[in-house]
Amino acid sequence: MSLKRREFLGAGAAALATASLLPRAALAADTIKLGSILDTSGIFDAYGKPMDQATRLAVADINAAGGLLGRQVEIIDYDTQSDMALYSQYAQKLTRQDRVDVVHGGILSASREAIRQTMRKTDTLYFYNVQYEGGVCDRNIFVTGVTPTQQVEVLVPYAMKKSGPKVYILAADYNYGQITARWIQKFVEENGGEVVATDFFPLDVSDFGSTITKIQQASPDLVVAPLVGGAHLSFFRQWAAAGMNTKIPLASTTMGVGNEHKVLTSAEGDGIMVAYNYSQELDTPENKAFKEKWKAAYGDTTGIHELAVSTYQGIMLWAEGVKKAGSLEHDAVVEALESGISIVGPAGNIAIDPQTHHAILDVHIMEVEDQKMKVVETLNQVAPVDTQAVCNLQENPDDNMQYEIEI
Amino acid sequence: MDRSAVRDVIVTLVVSAILIGVMPMLISTYTLTVLIIYGMLGLSLGLIWGFGGILCFGQAAFFGLGAYVYAISAVNVGESTLPMILAVLLTAGFAALLGAMMFYGRLTDVYLGVITLVVTLILFKFINSTAGPQYVIGKARMGGFNGIPGFQTLNVPGDPGAYIWGDAYYYVCAVALIIVYLLVTWLLRSSFGRIAIGIRENETRMALIGYDVAARKTVLFAAGAGIAGLAGALYASWAEIVTPTLFSLGQSAEIIIWCIVGGLGTRLGPIVGAAGLAYLKFLLGQQSMIDNTLIMGLVLVIFVLFLPRGLVPAIGALWQVSVGHKVRRRPARRMRRARNG
Amino acid sequence: MDISFVILVEMLYAIASLVLISAGLAVVFGMMKVINLAHGEFMMMGGYATITAVQLGVNVFIAMLIVAPLVVGVIGLIVERLVIRHLYGRLVDTMLATWGLSLVFIGLATMIFGNTTTGISTPIPGFAVGDYQINGYNFFIIVVAILLVVLMYAVLKGTRAGLIARGTMQRSDMAAALGYSPDRIYMATFFCGSALSGLAGAILAPLVGLVPTSGGAYIAKAFITVIAGGPSLIAGLVSSATSFGFVSQVFTFAISPVIGEVALLVAAVILLRLMPQGITSRFFKGKL
Repeated sequence: MSLKRREFLGAGAAALATASLLPRAALAADTIKLGSILDTSGIFDAYGKPMDQATRLAVADINAAGGLLGRQVEIIDYDTQSDMALYSQYAQKLTRQDRVDVVHGGILSASREAIRQTMRKTDTLYFYNVQYEGGVCDRNIFVTGVTPTQQVEVLVPYAMKKSGPKVYILAADYNYGQITARWIQKFVEENGGEVVATDFFPLDVSDFGSTITKIQQASPDLVVAPLVGGAHLSFFRQWAAAGMNTKIPLASTTMGVGNEHKVLTSAEGDGIMVAYNYSQELDTPENKAFKEKWKAAYGDTTGIHELAVSTYQGIMLWAEGVKKAGSLEHDAVVEALESGISIVGPAGNIAIDPQTHHAILDVHIMEVEDQKMKVVETLNQVAPVDTQAVCNLQENPDDNMQYEIEI
Repeated sequence: MDRSAVRDVIVTLVVSAILIGVMPMLISTYTLTVLIIYGMLGLSLGLIWGFGGILCFGQAAFFGLGAYVYAISAVNVGESTLPMILAVLLTAGFAALLGAMMFYGRLTDVYLGVITLVVTLILFKFINSTAGPQYVIGKARMGGFNGIPGFQTLNVPGDPGAYIWGDAYYYVCAVALIIVYLLVTWLLRSSFGRIAIGIRENETRMALIGYDVAARKTVLFAAGAGIAGLAGALYASWAEIVTPTLFSLGQSAEIIIWCIVGGLGTRLGPIVGAAGLAYLKFLLGQQSMIDNTLIMGLVLVIFVLFLPRGLVPAIGALWQVSVGHKVRRRPARRMRRARNG
Repeated sequence: MDISFVILVEMLYAIASLVLISAGLAVVFGMMKVINLAHGEFMMMGGYATITAVQLGVNVFIAMLIVAPLVVGVIGLIVERLVIRHLYGRLVDTMLATWGLSLVFIGLATMIFGNTTTGISTPIPGFAVGDYQINGYNFFIIVVAILLVVLMYAVLKGTRAGLIARGTMQRSDMAAALGYSPDRIYMATFFCGSALSGLAGAILAPLVGLVPTSGGAYIAKAFITVIAGGPSLIAGLVSSATSFGFVSQVFTFAISPVIGEVALLVAAVILLRLMPQGITSRFFKGKL
């Protein structure tokens, strides 16, 4: 993504112009308030900005189709500047002062945990639209991103079939990476393979020279690398610079979430195997329509990534729930969403799993080719089995935990 | 206690009572609470830097340490009184050790800055790499990058069920800040405080007069750290989550910026600077026209260039000039600068 | 056998990259006693200058070795005239002002380039040593670092400008009395220092993903290396980069990269505790 501030402003102005075309009355007191809380500046804004754009696009779509319950939807958004303290503050503001009807947002798991209890205490419906480590069990929250098993279950057997049984794991050293690494280990062993070593890297490590040497000492058949963020991107670059990319195949559950594959040259990125819910190269009418709308609003589609599409789909799912409930009342909307609601979004069919409030969605195995994600294989309607193993909101509706999933 | 001290205390109490009453009408108490906490954090650095001449690049380390000590012990104890006390004492103890190591090693200005910076980085890197299940203290998982959520927040001492939150928490923090402020005032008026200022002005002179400079600096450093630890614990209880970003360089930088903008060498300056800039940041998050980092940076550059003494001394001087009093004290910052140059 | 060679290369590379990232800061600090906390952002801008130049079709080596240092040097010059000039002799104030500048640059870079990771690929292919593949670019960095140190030494020791610079470094008042304007010398020094920072950023750019906040990763390391080096410019830089690079790589290979970084920091604390004015206050006294 290389969205420039000026383009963004232009797009914002365009959105404003569209908004001003609407009758004033429709915008007045009677709007439905959608709270959005994302890092659109600071170190996480590569994730946050497209999510913010997706939020605006989704709400514009809803309003263009006549709004919800005959009312227009209005966005109240705050930029948390990649600062956890601001999440707490804006969550308070959204729920107590602005009294929004729903909140979409949060990027890092830490930011979600910083605001989740506030949402719960104030009975504000909360959507977390990001790929994360799984295990959150709370009837007030809906999660529309993929969880580790949904990717790993699909990716690991495919990658091992293409390479071999000896696997080396390099993971980001935080909750997501730790849990994903354990799932990878489990699925590698289930498929008759062996994990030769697992290394963890804090998010600011950017020098992988010694690691690449260590990997060569272990000489695995496959390297699985759930590495996260800008610093970790250096690994893929240094891997290619050492000439390793033609020797040992790579797979990742995170490379590409922030459109990293467009930063690597094709010589560096080609052949990396990934598994996601969304790829810009998906050949479906919904995806084409979505990309065209995005292009009309923001100029070009390079910014679209997995999390932006999750956000779009999350808002659409919420809208579907409101329509079905016929009201904005908290419990009614939750029950409507629990009735197994689904929509067809840019990434395909996506449904809410009533047991966990997580999403059941399509997962595509892809290979990076020429800075694009070529879809190799699609698995329809994969369930979040990791969270299902620990969470049952039908039986324990008062549960309020993030479980650490025992593997 | 002499007359001016009594007057000082009375003025402090009256002004703060009015502020505590009036401010919630302008800003929500939830935001005010964190502004107060940041104010206390600013004061902690203001004390050791402005009055002790110790430039600490790692005040965030003490803030984060206080917050983590509180969070970890609150998970284990399940009640908030002991964790609060531990947060202050352990942080002060850690600072005393670190300070003794530095001051008895005769480290000064930039070298001091480097050590405090490095210690902050070490803490940050350590906490950041504790995501694995093996990092457990008692019942508390360290959580690495994601931090520790879901610990016991402040409660009425002895009754873990009676949470203090919302408006009540605001009043608790405000009163805590006033108490700390008065304690700092008392400390600075005592002979200890006057000697500390003497050390700031000329360390060799004080050593030759016969004072144990290293010991006094260590004590002052620990006191400042203890205040930062208290601010950290209050912050943890307010945010209900602690994350390694509390230790980050950015956080340390912000504390220094608060002190500069507010005015170094005053008690009020750092508090005003902290609360003011934190509120500015909160307001900036509600717009998306200009990058917020840019604005904070510009504020700092402009203050260093054009208002190097900070807001509070500048306003004070303006007030004194307009009222017609003679400016009594020499500005503290210029003297400090002379020492560095 | 192969593995020990590979580890040796990694070790030299770690030392060379420390030399590179600290050189700009060391020049400015050694000559002017100004700590430029925007140093990391100067490196970041060097990286962006390289990437932009390469995208415009400039040869990657020209972009790295010429375009980036020039661009960043000029930016440094502007910064010096606008801000730093007013703050000479006020160590703490210059630190704060440059800290503010670093935030400004991060903000500007975010507004211009967006916050997505960018980068260019390494221009030198990897090659095999026995059973191992090594990053060929590591050698390039080692060579550049060596050339840089030699060049700095030659300029300071062998040229008239170097003589004036050394004179100013020791007694700026005397240099001024002899008719050399410290103002212009400082200006030139700051230009050189910034250009060196830009060069370092440019050379490291192909190895890392670049974001506007990338600078933060370097400043602490550079700061520690320069301060621990002590008063001598080149001897301090080389000796502290060597000790830190060695310590961190030993621990990196023995345990993990994180422990390596922590080892570097712990080494810095111990070193400064033992030698409060830096390495060259005790060894290599009076050397350059």
